[in-house]
Amino acid sequence: MTTILALPETSRRSLPRPSAALIWLTLVLAVAYVAVPLFASRYVIEALLLPFLALSLAAVGLNLLTGYAGQLSLGSAAFMAVGAFAAYNFNLRLGFLPLPVSFVLAGLTAALVGVVFGLPSLRLRGFYLAVSTLAAQFFVQWALSKFGWFSNNNPSGVISVPRLQLAGFSLDTPTGRYLFSLTIVTLLSLFVWRLTRSASGRAFLAVRDGETAARAIGIPVPQTKLLAFAVSSFVIGVAGALWAFTYLRTVEPAGFNLDRSFQILFMVIIGGLATIRGAFLGAAFIVIFPLLLARAGAFLFGGIFDSGVLDMTQRIVIGALVILFLIAEPRGLAALLDRIGARLSATAARLAGSSSPSPRS
Amino acid sequence: MMDWHEVLFFFEVLVGGLLAGLMYSLVAIGFVLIYKTSGVLNFAQGAMLLFAALTFVSLVNYGAPFLLAFVATFAIMIGLGFAIERTVLRPLVNRPPITLFMATLGLAYVIEGAAQLLWGTQVHRLDLGISDKPMEIAGLLISSFDLVAAAVAFGLVAALGAFFTRTRIGLAFRAVADDQFAALAVGLRLPRIWATVWAAAGFVALVAGLLWGARLGVQFSLSIIVLKALPVLLLGGFDSILGAVVGGLIIGASEKLAEVYLGPYVGGGIESWFAYVVALLFLLVRPSGLFGQKIVERV
Repeated sequence: MTTILALPETSRRSLPRPSAALIWLTLVLAVAYVAVPLFASRYVIEALLLPFLALSLAAVGLNLLTGYAGQLSLGSAAFMAVGAFAAYNFNLRLGFLPLPVSFVLAGLTAALVGVVFGLPSLRLRGFYLAVSTLAAQFFVQWALSKFGWFSNNNPSGVISVPRLQLAGFSLDTPTGRYLFSLTIVTLLSLFVWRLTRSASGRAFLAVRDGETAARAIGIPVPQTKLLAFAVSSFVIGVAGALWAFTYLRTVEPAGFNLDRSFQILFMVIIGGLATIRGAFLGAAFIVIFPLLLARAGAFLFGGIFDSGVLDMTQRIVIGALVILFLIAEPRGLAALLDRIGARLSATAARLAGSSSPSPRS
Repeated sequence: MMDWHEVLFFFEVLVGGLLAGLMYSLVAIGFVLIYKTSGVLNFAQGAMLLFAALTFVSLVNYGAPFLLAFVATFAIMIGLGFAIERTVLRPLVNRPPITLFMATLGLAYVIEGAAQLLWGTQVHRLDLGISDKPMEIAGLLISSFDLVAAAVAFGLVAALGAFFTRTRIGLAFRAVADDQFAALAVGLRLPRIWATVWAAAGFVALVAGLLWGARLGVQFSLSIIVLKALPVLLLGGFDSILGAVVGGLIIGASEKLAEVYLGPYVGGGIESWFAYVVALLFLLVRPSGLFGQKIVERV
């Protein structure tokens, strides 16, 4: 019944042609699996790629909820925290479970919490819902630091994860953690991508574009919303587990604060709402940008550009970029890249002397 | 058995909570002003509050007299309002409200960063000359600062009420709030009105910023007060000034009572989320708040 819906242009255009998309995906994965472990330095993996992978996955999860299903959430970091602490506890208390199983259970825990905090979405719309997701943010942070059980009775709620092991093999090198993280992120992103192309995915878009209209054509709106909350929280929860297990190794509830939630939302906005690629582009931007800014600032202003000034400048530029993207390119870096790609291929075709006009100019 | 002292203590907590709630209302009113006329939930209201308080305190520290600093800061807030209308609102006109909301998140970052880049990050003391000593009224110990803040809140509400009903521009505000297209059709200039509303919200931010700054010190955490005002708005409805006041009273009182009587059982620190839970419970019954306008949907 939902197939009569025309897909909005965002989803149709996010990956131009299946064949081209497949080529690109294979290329990216080949680089990620072969070239990076061979050539990337320890610093690049630990300081750039590991946070990038975890944050990308979180952005993929939030994008599903906000970009596809249209439910704005300001509490993503809370679900990351649930995932991280759940994975830690499953690993600690049910030590016989293989690590991936702990991760799946952690994701399911986050999904459950997500459904509970998604319940208001059945009654509330728009701003009222966005604000009510803040309840998740504050409640989870409070509960994790207040009840010692979650952190195995650490007085300040800090958890330190064990060394990564998989089926007897130690993954405790930067490359091992990177490959582990990369595999999980790839699998989950493909899963989300498939989901967005399924009947459920089209139901998400229908709910986003007009709730009453969606109901009129027979889409079960409450179930659809809760499904979006559940899957999104699952993905974000696993991202939180990755953040704790592969990147930081030692995390505390305060690390999953409101600023982190905003950071993930900003990745989605800057990268592009309702595209999977956008989540990765946005995360890459948010990870790399502060480093570039620090370099540029130190180069241009020298000593005046201390960490305080850097922090403030970063806030200003990120905030301004969010506004700029919302105004000028609501479909984010992903669409920007598409356009540049189209322009380049058109130029290349012209230079090659081809007389046939470019198909996508 | 409850003895007399416990009853007295209960009322002291209750009154303290009600007065603290009015401090939340003060912040919430700024949101309502903007929401009513432009349909935007302005997350940057907290950042504007921080910006106003920091600007004022820095001017005073440079030796400006109180009144001059106040007027100068107000002028700056007007400028800020017009700048926001020009650079953020106008390009985003006719876009979904949720897009505008996300833009105000970005705006909050810009204003917070700019305020601290301009005026520094250290904590400033702000003395408004109002004592924070508890007074005894009818046997209850009540902070005189709280009473002044409550009076200011009521004064502000009365002034805004008069402004909306008695002045021409207030009438225009209400027309825009009622129906933007109709307002446009009768010749009201929307950009001008929006800029004015943001300037008025800037004034509210200044007043609230001074009171909160005098209480907590003028520092970054002032911008986090939005998080206290949001449950008030959820409860009262985003588009009702009366709702902001009543919501503030309910949230303030229940928060203080819960902290005192419920907090010890769960290990304390519940004020970060309790207000949200109260607001959400109310919303389950009334999805658009106590005084919020019912949304009528058409397909």
